[in-house]
Amino acid sequence: MQEETENIIYVRDLVKKFGNFVANDHLSFEVKKGEIFGFLGANGAGKTTTIRILCGLSSPTSGEIKVAGFDAFKETEKIKRNIGYMSQKFSLYEDLTVTENIRFYGGIYGISRKEIKVRTQILLEKLKFEEVKNTLIKDLPLGWRQKLAFSVAIFHQPKIVFLDEPTGGVDPITRRQFWEMIYEEAHNGMTIFVTTHYMDEAEYCDRISIMVEGKIAALDTPLNLMKEYETKNMEGVFLKLARNIE
Amino acid sequence: MKRFKGFVIKEFYHIFRDVRTMAILFGIPIVQLLLFGFVITNEIKDAKIAIFDQSKDNITQKLSQKILSSGYFLLEKNLNNYNEINQSFKEGNIKLVIVFEKDFAKHLEKERKANLQIISDASEPNTANILVNYTIAITNDFLKEINPNAKVPLQIIPEVRMLYNPDLKGVFMFVPGIMAMLLMLISAMMTSISITREKETGTMEVLLVSPLKPIQIIVGKVVPYVFLSFINAVVILILGKFVFGVPINGSILLLLGESVLYILTALSLGIMISTLTKTQQTAMLISMLVLMLPSILLSGFIFPIENMPTPLQFICQIMPPKWFIIIIKNIMLKGVGFAYVWKETLILFGMMVFFILVSVKKFKIRLE
Repeated sequence: MQEETENIIYVRDLVKKFGNFVANDHLSFEVKKGEIFGFLGANGAGKTTTIRILCGLSSPTSGEIKVAGFDAFKETEKIKRNIGYMSQKFSLYEDLTVTENIRFYGGIYGISRKEIKVRTQILLEKLKFEEVKNTLIKDLPLGWRQKLAFSVAIFHQPKIVFLDEPTGGVDPITRRQFWEMIYEEAHNGMTIFVTTHYMDEAEYCDRISIMVEGKIAALDTPLNLMKEYETKNMEGVFLKLARNIE
Repeated sequence: MKRFKGFVIKEFYHIFRDVRTMAILFGIPIVQLLLFGFVITNEIKDAKIAIFDQSKDNITQKLSQKILSSGYFLLEKNLNNYNEINQSFKEGNIKLVIVFEKDFAKHLEKERKANLQIISDASEPNTANILVNYTIAITNDFLKEINPNAKVPLQIIPEVRMLYNPDLKGVFMFVPGIMAMLLMLISAMMTSISITREKETGTMEVLLVSPLKPIQIIVGKVVPYVFLSFINAVVILILGKFVFGVPINGSILLLLGESVLYILTALSLGIMISTLTKTQQTAMLISMLVLMLPSILLSGFIFPIENMPTPLQFICQIMPPKWFIIIIKNIMLKGVGFAYVWKETLILFGMMVFFILVSVKKFKIRLE
């Protein structure tokens, strides 16, 4: 029991096959509550498949997978209630205003209208978005959209939030600000599961796993990994791992 | 249920805020109907003709008067010799030439028989046929008028009645056809576009990760279009009745019920298209090519299916508009009840079920 409350994501021998193709080959890892877990890998390494399984969108071929204490085979509905998700497309409705987007996403998670109002007010104040609350999303700068997309993804206060390349196409300063938001949520106990292409960002994570060809090739803190592979940054670790395979 | 309501409201926002969507939804139906109703018509009005009257007596004058006052013809010019006939056809705007022989009235009186020559421009065969028939009909009429008590030896005068559309009005045909075409266009194209748009913007992913069930997402996206398409159907019927005088002889309730069934069929077809395509453009293209053209050409809307080659006739059978056109024509023009259209209704219903089953299956595969 102790372990289950601590490991908010628990994966043992996760296998996902598409016909003869093995997308995920016996993955095993845990993510702890409040951890920022970096999930790295080249395109086609199988990251997306894993995330889809963890989000309850796709069922695994075999293995033991628990997300927020629920089984990924049978309890996908319960998993969905307890996670948030943000993709690189920021996934807001461009023809709706800021408040309409918040109200819509709050609504589909079944939050009461009164509660949505209260939380929206707090959120707008926190993001300093009060002046643009009736602005259409398409008229907002990219960085603002990104912040809002993240806030909307965690509006229903999920236990875990999955961020799929959340900083694509955003300038470095905005990225930095975005990571501050992530840190704050992690500090409040939310678990962050993030994929990224930016190796400097990988260093912001508490622990990272690197997937190569459907397997987890490395999993540790960024510092330990750099030590182990004798490089000064994550980029070096990543390149060495990729070369080993070749 | 509350979640679902929020979803439908969001969908209405999308529709009302997009000028193009609004134009397609409400502009196109009205414009199309008016266009088809007024422009494309196989009735002849004011066809230009020439008259070569070699007799110039009171009979030929009266007959010419009668022909010209019928409303179908307009006198372009009087000809004076045979050579001019060819010339005037070549000039292009004359559709028909009427030639009275010399001493027309005299012949008619003495021999009880006179020759009238009707020459028409058959490079447009349909028009030529109609014009010739009109002229003959008017001439016969005229004969009876001037000679009411004629002891004509044993004559059979066929009396033709065109049932259900006594004036052979083209618009009677077009209103059901347009309705079938437009509802297909709006329902199928708009839903397939709106669903693929969510895929493109990535919001579909977020919706799928949410606790909303896939079926709720799909139904939520479709509900507004059912509502708007229904309004469209009603607008078309009202325009048809009050602008073009197309009668609604049957039960209005049945007519509306059948329209809803057809709308649902088209919507489920739209959903099926959206599960097969990834982008708005593809969805639009498929809707246009696969739905629009065939639903105009192969539904019996403009061209009679019976005259098509057999393979095409088979394709016609799988066009939903074909069946809908049969149903509404029967209800509107013949005024029949459900007992006469249940077969067609069942076919439409079967098509709808098929589209839904395929969509559900495809949707699940995509989720895997």
